[in-house]
Amino acid sequence: MPYISSFWLYFDVLWPYVLAVLSALVLITFMLLSAIFFVWLERKVSARIQDRLGPTRVGGKYGWLQTLADGLKLLVKEDIIPTNADPMLFRIGPYIALAGAFLAFIALPFGNGVVARNLNIAIFFMLAVMSTEIFGIILGGYASGSKWALFGGMREAAQIVSYEVPRAISVIVPVIVAGSMNLTEIGKQQTGPFWNWIVFHDPFTFCAFWVFFTCATASCKRAPFDLAEAESELVAGFHTEYSGFRWLIFFMAEYGSMFAVSGIASILFLGGWHLGLLPPGWDMERLFGTVFGNFINVVVFILKGWFLVFVMMWVRWTLPRLRIDQVMITCLRYLLPMSCFLLVGVSVWQLVAAELTWLSLVNYLLAFGSLFLFGFMVFKAAATTAVSPTQLMPGAWPIAGSAGPHVTHKA
Amino acid sequence: MDVQTALFWILAGLTGLSAIAVVVTQNIVRSAAWLLFTLGGVAGIYFLLGADFVGATQLIVYVGGILVLVVFGVMLTAQGPFVTMKTSAAEWAISLVVGLLLFSVITLAAVNAPWPQDAHHSEDMESAETSQNSVKLGAAFLGIKEITPKKDLTGFPMGKTPPERKQVAYLLPFEIVSVHLLVVLIGAAYLARAKRRRGMPT
Repeated sequence: MPYISSFWLYFDVLWPYVLAVLSALVLITFMLLSAIFFVWLERKVSARIQDRLGPTRVGGKYGWLQTLADGLKLLVKEDIIPTNADPMLFRIGPYIALAGAFLAFIALPFGNGVVARNLNIAIFFMLAVMSTEIFGIILGGYASGSKWALFGGMREAAQIVSYEVPRAISVIVPVIVAGSMNLTEIGKQQTGPFWNWIVFHDPFTFCAFWVFFTCATASCKRAPFDLAEAESELVAGFHTEYSGFRWLIFFMAEYGSMFAVSGIASILFLGGWHLGLLPPGWDMERLFGTVFGNFINVVVFILKGWFLVFVMMWVRWTLPRLRIDQVMITCLRYLLPMSCFLLVGVSVWQLVAAELTWLSLVNYLLAFGSLFLFGFMVFKAAATTAVSPTQLMPGAWPIAGSAGPHVTHKA
Repeated sequence: MDVQTALFWILAGLTGLSAIAVVVTQNIVRSAAWLLFTLGGVAGIYFLLGADFVGATQLIVYVGGILVLVVFGVMLTAQGPFVTMKTSAAEWAISLVVGLLLFSVITLAAVNAPWPQDAHHSEDMESAETSQNSVKLGAAFLGIKEITPKKDLTGFPMGKTPPERKQVAYLLPFEIVSVHLLVVLIGAAYLARAKRRRGMPT
């Protein structure tokens, strides 16, 4: 049987490469599908926050297929390259952005060992490739040959180069606690109940989570930091001149990197793929076996990432956009010193906590305090009944003498 | 030729081609875009060799920092929409001579250096997943001794035993250099800021 044995010989040699291609396909499918989901979610979330319904017709009651309709529309749109644009740079801009966002997924573990490439320095790799994403946006903005796009690209460059610094420093804080840059390793250390999560480890990691999440929102150029697009000032910022498929690719990249930073946040701070409700030392694999347990891990991880993306949308549609100088001051005057202080603080804490064991009580205090606060907020939100205003809407100007249909003054 | 070698040649070819394009292109931002592919290709070769820490550093420093600053600088300083450079024939000739000289020096050094024969299969570089390269790098900063290379040193004459290495911690020099860079940064920001006299309307 020489033929079969030689086939298996080649199979053995080629299998890792086939596996690599397969995992890349799975990852890019996941990234694009979740982008489709996020676009729908963004429409629905923004609509609910603005007291609207959002898409309701395409694909049933909740407008599930709205994004597919959008995508179809964008695909058949005319592809315009402005006369003033530099065609080569204009073309490659979106692809560089998408490649940067996608490469980050290679090192992102979705479960215990469910990762395309278990890099030893996964978090550093992710930060590095995500910094290439902005280069595509800057190129696109520059090459459009339009002033709006140029301003958008310049703002993007200034903003991201500044926000990368506190983002990287606040990433080092949990890395110091975990003692590893391997994301799988960091995830494994948070097995068991939720007070094992690094965010509750000490006050410094707790603050570092908020600093990181703010910087991550800014580096995905999401509102209130979306100065690169700033519709109210710059028409559409860096993508003013883009239409159709290239515009779509920019947004795929944005939603992809939103999930990537949310994934980083949930692994570094929020327990990664652990549900946080199991007793110490237990994880899903011990409960349900390797395969099914890891399946639950992946589901938990994706839900956590989606929740953080939802929080980003919630923030976007709640807070007004900052001015560009306010964005820079937020970073350079507040977030940067804060992250440096947290870095020094967590280093001191690690040295001191080794001596004083009672300091670990802070861990439980933080965990249960946050749980109580979260529960209280959910209770308040659920207990408050939503009432549609029967009187003058807050903020509306009463017009003397003319009571509109919605204005029913009561004596 | 196994797949790894094929990947190496593909990456090396792309890197070389885009490096040539960097030089040939006259538009500054276009050559910055080509430089992106060059630097990315070099980072890819680092990843292929299992030096993932160096590869990621290459990306974060050069692509995320320097290239963005190049384009940012062009955006801030350009007079017209797209900046092009006119290179005269004399400049071409000089740079060709200098480039060829440098290339021949590097080629000679690369050809004459005694490369360790089993480097490709050394267990440290077998896989990015099991390799502890970044850990060793960190340990070297702290002066931990096991990191001195067990294999033949490249560039060291064959047959001779390399001298016993002293335990050296690089952490302090590294920190001094980084503090020095920080001082330079603050100085540059101080010099570059807009001067405003006291009492003048802002």
